[in-house]
Amino acid sequence: MDQNELRQWERRCIQEEPPACAAACPIHVDVRSFVGHLQKGRWDQGWQTLARTMPLAGLVGRICDGPCEARCKRGEAGDPIRIAALEQACVRLARSEYRVTRLPGRPKWIAVLGSGLSSLTVAWDLVRKGYGVTLFEPGDVPGAVLCDAHPVLTPAIVAAELASLRTLGVAFETGTAVHGQAFFEDRRDRFDAFYIGLDAVASLQWPLDRGARGEFWIDTGTQATSRPEVFAGGDVLSTIWRVAQGRWAATSIDRFLQNVSMTAGREREGPYDTLLYTSLTNVVAQPAVPMADAKAGYSESEAMAEAARCLICQCLECVKVCPYLENFGAYPRKYVREIYNNESIVMGSRSANLLINSCSLCGLCEAVCPEDFAMQDLCLQARRSMVQRGKMPPTAHEFALEDMAFSLGEDFFLARHAPGMGESSHLFFPGCQLSASAPGQVEALYAHLNHALGGRVGLMLACCGAPAFWAGREADFDRALAQWQHHWEALGKPKLIVACATCHVVFQDHRPEVPVQSVWETLAEVGLPPIDTASAAGPLAIHDPCTTREMPHVQVAVRRLLDQLGVSIAELPFSGEKTECCGFGGLMQNANPVLAREVIRRRADLSGYDYVAYCAMCRDSLAAVGKRTLHLLDLIFPDRRIPDPATRPRPGWSARREHRARLRTDLLDRWWGETPSGGPDYRALVLKMAPDVRERLDARHILVEDVQQVIARAEAGGPKFRHPGTGRFKAAGRPRHVTFWVEYAQCEAGFEVFNAYAHRMEVHGP
Amino acid sequence: MKSDKDWGDELAWHCAACDRPLELGQVTVTYMNNSFTTDMPRCPGCGRVLVPEALALGKMAEVEKILEDK
Repeated sequence: MDQNELRQWERRCIQEEPPACAAACPIHVDVRSFVGHLQKGRWDQGWQTLARTMPLAGLVGRICDGPCEARCKRGEAGDPIRIAALEQACVRLARSEYRVTRLPGRPKWIAVLGSGLSSLTVAWDLVRKGYGVTLFEPGDVPGAVLCDAHPVLTPAIVAAELASLRTLGVAFETGTAVHGQAFFEDRRDRFDAFYIGLDAVASLQWPLDRGARGEFWIDTGTQATSRPEVFAGGDVLSTIWRVAQGRWAATSIDRFLQNVSMTAGREREGPYDTLLYTSLTNVVAQPAVPMADAKAGYSESEAMAEAARCLICQCLECVKVCPYLENFGAYPRKYVREIYNNESIVMGSRSANLLINSCSLCGLCEAVCPEDFAMQDLCLQARRSMVQRGKMPPTAHEFALEDMAFSLGEDFFLARHAPGMGESSHLFFPGCQLSASAPGQVEALYAHLNHALGGRVGLMLACCGAPAFWAGREADFDRALAQWQHHWEALGKPKLIVACATCHVVFQDHRPEVPVQSVWETLAEVGLPPIDTASAAGPLAIHDPCTTREMPHVQVAVRRLLDQLGVSIAELPFSGEKTECCGFGGLMQNANPVLAREVIRRRADLSGYDYVAYCAMCRDSLAAVGKRTLHLLDLIFPDRRIPDPATRPRPGWSARREHRARLRTDLLDRWWGETPSGGPDYRALVLKMAPDVRERLDARHILVEDVQQVIARAEAGGPKFRHPGTGRFKAAGRPRHVTFWVEYAQCEAGFEVFNAYAHRMEVHGP
Repeated sequence: MKSDKDWGDELAWHCAACDRPLELGQVTVTYMNNSFTTDMPRCPGCGRVLVPEALALGKMAEVEKILEDK
């Protein structure tokens, strides 16, 4: 990712866009933080927030006319927040102490005319930047014009604010006639720039270009006039707009004196439309909190109650629905930066590796994001980059990739025409996980398809390569697909029928020329086999696999089948295009098992009904957290030996491989009359394991086959250790990149295994 | 470094080939082109090392992760 891409990604996430109120405020007060403080009665912090942006907040805060309120999001659900009234309450209730600093003095002098709001703002902004400022008030009392216009501003309040200006170094001259051209001519040598506050002084005879009605020509925004050193503003009714024009003029004067661009980077200076999206779903309309005494304004409790109505506008649409995005404590815009930094790091820890590898790549974020931010694309791109640069942690995906290699290898791979046929009209591709979870159903489904479609349905047992795709291993993925394609072509390019939505997406996206259909669509077309048992009684909640997100036709077919089966269905709050991942997708389960478990737990808690899934991995993941879940095939091919299939436990990793291998040998035997050659000798070793030991090994990704290899080697004279107290043995083996340790003892049937653990480091004697 | 006492039962294992109890000794651990030495139970005869479970799942897993993220 280069810097350009980084910025493109960052722009797509709008969480850091300001809320509508702050964007609408002509000087962009951080209204959200301000109201947030008031919600908790933190008047002083509220005041500080106000004063960070607002000049002379003790004065402006009392008379701001709050044009932001018209844009307040709360206004779409009840009355807008009464922000101006809250400002007044805060100014009244806070200990208003300015903590302002003045930059080192600059030898430039500015004459500010008038003591209206715009002039006071110019003086405030420029004196803090270190300029010398003299404020010329034609009358006798600076600020008197404000007291006249705003009864709430007592002379004492105005005097106190002006005292702050004086403390900062602003000089005041009163009783000066500023109208004539002479004022300007006499002071051109002494002052480097002038500001005319039209909200307080008018009818100037200065040598400036004018419009048809005699008013100065002013470039609104920069507040420039026809003379480069003269600026003007404040000729507007709104108080906060007067302040804003003063602020823009001060910025322009500063730029003019520094001889830099007057316009660069000022696009968002005035009010603008924010891109921030804030959902109003579940927001109940509320009216504004009334004031007991309208003249006095909000009391403390009233102000807190009014502030409490603020929605504290944020987007976070994706974070709200994704445990993964929530888990890492921020939101995509921040994650993009972390991922970029992770990639750029030369020395030190790549702390975003886990972030990158934990995403399930399910795409729900994109489905809910107003700007279509696709975290899955970002993470996949980062994974590919890590693989290419040799920076992918080996542990992240290795176990899943080994599982994939198994499914592509001689123990599972099979590609055949139907028995006795020399060609195939269709090719059934059940995928690796259905074969791992329910091999009997694969055979039943194949038999039904072959019968219903005319007897020329070929079969291929393999893996589509999705694990390699998810892991960012493009070369491995290409190899898996090439193997598939070679055999598909050899079978005469039959129409493909897939039982797994992930396989479906893989073929659809990466082999678009291949005609592919979901087995559920096929079944909806050709009909179900006769079913001799009653269907599940209660309603079932459908869990759509995340890989069907963009395949509504598959989701519809499944619902049609359930209807044919007489099952009443309940939709989960997140289903269809907004369905959630089971925690296996994107290899989340490999890279971050703790998070994957949390993901599936949340999914399981969405409904009290039993679930029905049509992805074997989804079903098994739900079953693993104790959620009663059927696979659609449990309804189509009920097995009388399993009285309650919703409680069928998730087969462990070892069982999954055994099921696949057995499916292959059973099919070869029963359908093609072949007896495949046996596997390696160590597989004959009989192991005895307590259920808790079996579970522990499964969680540690230690396969029965790994244990068999270790014991076979140790018992064939390899090195081992013996515990004189227990009589048990401990031996190690390193078949691949992992060393497995097994604690075992001989028993009648073979060997009892008490424990096993693994490490990746290699350990040598001295 | 752990004392003999901290290793507890791990030093009770005997090397099956040499029939000798294990003793703590220096071993070399390598991972991802990094190499360092530490003490582990090993056979004083043939030098074969036993990696205890607590070490494999604790400190070693921790260091593996650090090295993988480097």
